[in-house]
Amino acid sequence: MTTLDQIAAPNRRRRFGSLTLWAGIALVGIHIAVGLLTVVWSPYDPSGMTGGRLEAPSWLHWAGTDRLGRDFLTQIMIGSRIALIVGTGAAAIGAIIGVTLGLLAAFATKLLDDAFAATLDILIAFPTLLIAMLVVAAADTANLGSAIFALGIALSAIVARLTRILTKRVLLLDYITAARTSGTSWLGIVFRHILPNIWPTLSVSFALQFGLAAIAEASLSYLGLGAPPPNASWGRLLQEAQGTVYTAPIGAIAPGIALVSLVIGINLLADGLRDSVDPTRRAR
Amino acid sequence: MSLLKVDNVTFGYSSGKSVLAGVSLDIGPGDTIGLVGESGSGKSTLLRLLLGLTRPNSGSISFNGTALDPRNAQFMRAYRRQVQIVFQDPYSSLDPRQTVLSIVAEPLRSLKIARDHRQMVMEALVSVGLEPTILGRYPHEFSGGQRQRIAIARAIVAGPSLLLADEAVSALDLSTRIRIVELLKQLSASMTLVFVSHDIGVVAALCEKIVILEQGRIVESGDTKTILANPQHPYTQRLLASVPRMPA
Amino acid sequence: MSALLDIKQLSLHTENVRLLYGVDLTIAPGERVGLIGESGSGKSLTAMAATGLLPTNIRASGSITLAGRPVIDASEHQLNLLRGSAAAVVFQEPLTALDPLMRIGRQIAEPLRRRAARDGQRLSGTELDAAVLAMMGDVALPDPERIARAYPHEISGGQRQRVAIAMALACKPSLLIADEPTTALDVTTQAEILCLLDRLVRERNMALLFISHDLPVVAGIVDRVVVLRQGEVVEAGPVHQVFAHPQHAYTQSLVAAAHAFDTALGAAP
Repeated sequence: MTTLDQIAAPNRRRRFGSLTLWAGIALVGIHIAVGLLTVVWSPYDPSGMTGGRLEAPSWLHWAGTDRLGRDFLTQIMIGSRIALIVGTGAAAIGAIIGVTLGLLAAFATKLLDDAFAATLDILIAFPTLLIAMLVVAAADTANLGSAIFALGIALSAIVARLTRILTKRVLLLDYITAARTSGTSWLGIVFRHILPNIWPTLSVSFALQFGLAAIAEASLSYLGLGAPPPNASWGRLLQEAQGTVYTAPIGAIAPGIALVSLVIGINLLADGLRDSVDPTRRAR
Repeated sequence: MSLLKVDNVTFGYSSGKSVLAGVSLDIGPGDTIGLVGESGSGKSTLLRLLLGLTRPNSGSISFNGTALDPRNAQFMRAYRRQVQIVFQDPYSSLDPRQTVLSIVAEPLRSLKIARDHRQMVMEALVSVGLEPTILGRYPHEFSGGQRQRIAIARAIVAGPSLLLADEAVSALDLSTRIRIVELLKQLSASMTLVFVSHDIGVVAALCEKIVILEQGRIVESGDTKTILANPQHPYTQRLLASVPRMPA
Repeated sequence: MSALLDIKQLSLHTENVRLLYGVDLTIAPGERVGLIGESGSGKSLTAMAATGLLPTNIRASGSITLAGRPVIDASEHQLNLLRGSAAAVVFQEPLTALDPLMRIGRQIAEPLRRRAARDGQRLSGTELDAAVLAMMGDVALPDPERIARAYPHEISGGQRQRVAIAMALACKPSLLIADEPTTALDVTTQAEILCLLDRLVRERNMALLFISHDLPVVAGIVDRVVVLRQGEVVEAGPVHQVFAHPQHAYTQSLVAAAHAFDTALGAAP
């Protein structure tokens, strides 16, 4: 009976939901604010040697300086901008390619769909990072654009598979048949019925992709395949801090905290958003 | 002349067993026909064929003398305006993310019926016994019976001449069921109704004519009262004997 | 004679919803009681409460005694002893009640073996196989040897429900709880299953709690009915009396609706 499903989720979830939303907004908001700020202002010139080498945190340099004497806080702040650009760009490219392919697969004939599903499964079996490295290698210049594109391609397989499954599930429901018998075109059905109904799950997935992309970009940069030096990616900061991790641990800790806080923030935000865009979960 | 004519239609999957074997039906304007069958009778498949969602392997379906052709977009648009359906499950037949206005207006929008949609939706809601003030609300705010009324409003909003109902009251509680049957009966005064159901009691209460399907074949059809009083086919007899009755 | 199932002033709540309020229900050994209600009436919850199968977020107050033992706040171990031997349940949807990956024969063998072990006997090998086939014969499953080797999806809905009934009976319960056992079935299959339940309950002298929204179905199989509406009992009494002279307005509306469809069908053949 339906009664049990209805009582399974008590109101606590909704209150908790709004709490996660606000925590997510706060964390991501800080990164966005810092990222935007660095476009017009940063504490020091990011490439200027403004202090001694590997200085400890002080009033002048809140997070100390790196081994070339550059202000470390400035670098971390610019890292926020890079991470946001890469995360957003890669998630957007992954979403556009993935959702389109997933929808096409869901509507395709049985044979095509099976072939498509098998291809996706094989692609997903490769680690995101590996695919991204291959794409970067193929592009043969390492810059921010190629990193974003590479990660977007790598993520699109995951999005496509999810979109395909979610779409197939919605296609079975009577309101789709009702739309067809009302004369709604397939394109109309996609935009009016399918996308709004799979959006809550997809949006959470996009946020996860964003987090994955931010981490993968850090990994690419760590391996020297990410954005080239004037762009202070957290991955490169971590890589540079590797040799001095015992003498100046802040060099590893600070970019790590920055990365983790952004990824957690975006996940909380996604969770909170899912609850608020779903009319069936809104307060009655 | 018949409104909808099904002529010797067969349907089967490539895997083998036939679902419909030579079904012929003649639905005249103003008829109220009940298609009764149990699982495996082919009644759902017949309905999909009537809706133009699937094509028969052989045989033909014609509407007002014109053959039903799902590939002919122009014909289908006119057909959709004339033929609408109400489904069994009021929980899956309404898009949970759309407002009542948007749900009921869908045929008007999709069939490009250029009139005041809001006004037409409100009129449809009133004629199914709902308040016209619910336009901005979402399906989850309504009970099963109310949702089914919304689904019926969507089906009649474009003024169809033929209304198909697929087990439209089977998922409802008894007290709600009888009210929806009454509503359909009232609507059937102004349009042709084809009511598909496994529940012969509901069909008896609603339909003047009855068609009994068993394993893809019509075993008996005709006037409801005549058949109920004097069933000829053994399957019809068994079906009637199986219906549980209230104690006298 | 002491009651087999005795529910007194049972109320169920979640954190902020009242699901059941002050429900009284007594079933004597061998008695057949129908629990009638529409969706949301709490009829299935009452059955779950009686066997201690409530979800953990539902709190119960009042008292439930099954075969002389308290059910509310009983430990899982005590409940396990009661389930099966005191009461067994047959659910609405036989496909989900059976394990899809286990052959029918093994599914019936499991409760048979458990029941025998509880009685201090060991049942295994050919003896167990024979008991399984006998059980399948009791519920009139055709071609029991073939069906014993089949998986749930390979047999029809009516046959699955017969299997579910066989599994419930294998426990030799004193009370059989049937929760909408024919709602998912075709009318002709429903008639067969009702006939089977009627015979088995009579032959084995079991008590029956039959839960349904369908008045004519209930009328055909029980002696006494309890009508639930939104978690409260609105009427109770012998089935003929309640259906012939319903006192509460709600029962009257249900009976009137049932009669309307009945009358449309004409005289019973």
